[in-house]
Amino acid sequence: MSQEADLSPKTRGAGQVVFVLAALILSLLLLSQIRSQTAWVDGTKLTAQPRFWPSVALITMVLGFGMHAWRMTRRRPNRTDWVELRRWAEPLEYALWFMGFVWLVPLVGFLPMSIAFSVALTWRVGYRSGLMTGLAVVFAATVVVVFKGLLGVKIPGAAIYEYLPGALRSFFILYL
Amino acid sequence: MDVFADALLVLARWDVLIALLVGSIGGVAIGAIPGVGPAVAIAILLPATFSLDPIVGLTVLLGIYGSSMYGGSIPAILINTPGTAVNALTTYDGFPMTLRGEGRRALSLAYSASFFGGIFSVVCLILLAPLLAKVAPMFGSREIFLAALLGILLVVVAHKGQMLIAGALSGFGILLGTVGLEPVKYTRRFTFDQSWLAGGIDLIVVVLGLFALSQAFLLLTMDDEKIRITKSRGSLFQGFRELARHPRVAAISASFGVLMGMIPGVGEFTAQFMSYTSARKLSKTPEAFGHGSSEGLIASETANNAVPGAAMIPLLALGIPGEALTAMMLSVFYVHNVVPGPGLFAFQMDFIVALYLALLILNVLVVVFLLISTGWLVYLTKIPNRFLGVCILLLSFVGVYSIRNSGVDCAIAAVFGLIGYVLKRLNLPIVPIVLGMVLGGIMEVKLRAAMNRVKTPIDFIDRPIAFLLFCIIVVICVSTLWRVWREWTPVDRRKPGKKASARFAKRLAGRHTRHFDDRLKIQRRTRRYDHLGS
Repeated sequence: MSQEADLSPKTRGAGQVVFVLAALILSLLLLSQIRSQTAWVDGTKLTAQPRFWPSVALITMVLGFGMHAWRMTRRRPNRTDWVELRRWAEPLEYALWFMGFVWLVPLVGFLPMSIAFSVALTWRVGYRSGLMTGLAVVFAATVVVVFKGLLGVKIPGAAIYEYLPGALRSFFILYL
Repeated sequence: MDVFADALLVLARWDVLIALLVGSIGGVAIGAIPGVGPAVAIAILLPATFSLDPIVGLTVLLGIYGSSMYGGSIPAILINTPGTAVNALTTYDGFPMTLRGEGRRALSLAYSASFFGGIFSVVCLILLAPLLAKVAPMFGSREIFLAALLGILLVVVAHKGQMLIAGALSGFGILLGTVGLEPVKYTRRFTFDQSWLAGGIDLIVVVLGLFALSQAFLLLTMDDEKIRITKSRGSLFQGFRELARHPRVAAISASFGVLMGMIPGVGEFTAQFMSYTSARKLSKTPEAFGHGSSEGLIASETANNAVPGAAMIPLLALGIPGEALTAMMLSVFYVHNVVPGPGLFAFQMDFIVALYLALLILNVLVVVFLLISTGWLVYLTKIPNRFLGVCILLLSFVGVYSIRNSGVDCAIAAVFGLIGYVLKRLNLPIVPIVLGMVLGGIMEVKLRAAMNRVKTPIDFIDRPIAFLLFCIIVVICVSTLWRVWREWTPVDRRKPGKKASARFAKRLAGRHTRHFDDRLKIQRRTRRYDHLGS
């Protein structure tokens, strides 16, 4: 195989038809809503119309996905596509883990929640040795210390910190 | 000379020096871990740099951008897996050298070639700066609009074999950029009466979702790979001597890197490929390319490291990012009210020279660090995939949530993470979405401003640079259409199946061939280029 052929990225076959058709349908749906979702201002040039760029974007999407679908030799999903579709659903679980973490940080606190999250997820994905659990704890604590303690990124203190005594409370809210 | 002294003053601060160290060492480490890459790291660190001075924040990000490719050559050479997407060609000659027991020689060559590429591009930038300062003010609204349009066009054209879908995805990016309250007439666009959409979709949230979260999801759903590191001989310093024996290959490759880096939307892959091809044509031993040729290794590593410096040119001079990483850096400028473009060259030349000098120092720091630490950096490749996924997921939270402590932002990032995951599974490019979002916004503003001074369509291209850009756009469109017309094949056509004779021969050869077969399979799998999160 030539180097050029090796370096040209190949779109995977499995799942391609489902993705392209779904994207095409979504683009068409959005294009059909263009009149209600964008405004046309009288007395304004075409290129300055609020509707102009969304239209350009949607027409590009419809043409791109449409022509890709038209050029495909197989336009009906088969078994491999449905198998691939199931693979696409796998990360949904981790997206839920992520959203749960987001919801709990303002209640429980960045440091405790980060440690709990990283240990629990490390355990969930199959690393159950003491070494990996320890590494998860160290990593989570380092992230909190570096980002919130040293770099001062804006992550608010938790509701639970309100129950801590005076100076400790301020320290936890500011740095952990 | 005054500008140079002022630039040195800008750099002579403890926070800039720490940023240089963190950027260079962090970048090398990130590059050495397959599955992370500079895009993920920059996306995560971006919000954290907003609280820093622009020069400090940009030095960290530039450090990661410039040094990750150095680190990426380590797994590319030793385990045949590119650490970053742009190290794909390094595997061609680096891994065969490792199989011959010359891994340290290959690493040394890669470091020295990368160093030469990096320094060459910075020297070119410093020499080009006065010219850029003269040319940049000649770019008005219409020229910047045409340059942004050219950038989008080149991003699409660069994805050979996936042009239609790259075009559609850049359209998707442009659409995302238009969502929310439109800034001139104050009308809502595609908000569906939802208040959380009225403010628009934040670029950084999208970038974090598409690059960082999607990569975390991908790693979390992956199996771990067994990585065996072979022992190799040779000195890490011999590469510099060997590089000196191939000055022509190094100079041509670095020139390709600088040229391609300057053109928006083209980037490392084209530079690498062109320099590799030309090095093979010029070589006395072209048959050695792909089988452990030192010239091949020099060509690919020199070209990809010459790009980051050059990629800063369209960003600094015109405010137009050429690829995803510089698009992310653009937001650092905006947050600090520093507007990249002609004005930056006219009024803040010391800032620009300081950035160039930072890049220069960075390359020196990286090489010194690599010469000392290659031994233990190799072990970074052994971090298990799913644990890496846990780490990236936690870091992504810091990135998204620290922007404005919004759960909605996190939900949007998670959705884009899932979209990115699907795109990566299908091996479709993500960069067109990000560039569409950034360049779409620039095009809208600049076209509106330009059309106020234009009466007839011809007026739009009546200035020399506008006319030149217009001609380039026309040439690219016509040549691409012509090429597509000639190479017309269905987009999902599979490779023809193996012939029955080949299967029969394999069966005859029996189980003794299996070892070689497995090895070939591994090489095929890892050698084939994919977007690797870029």
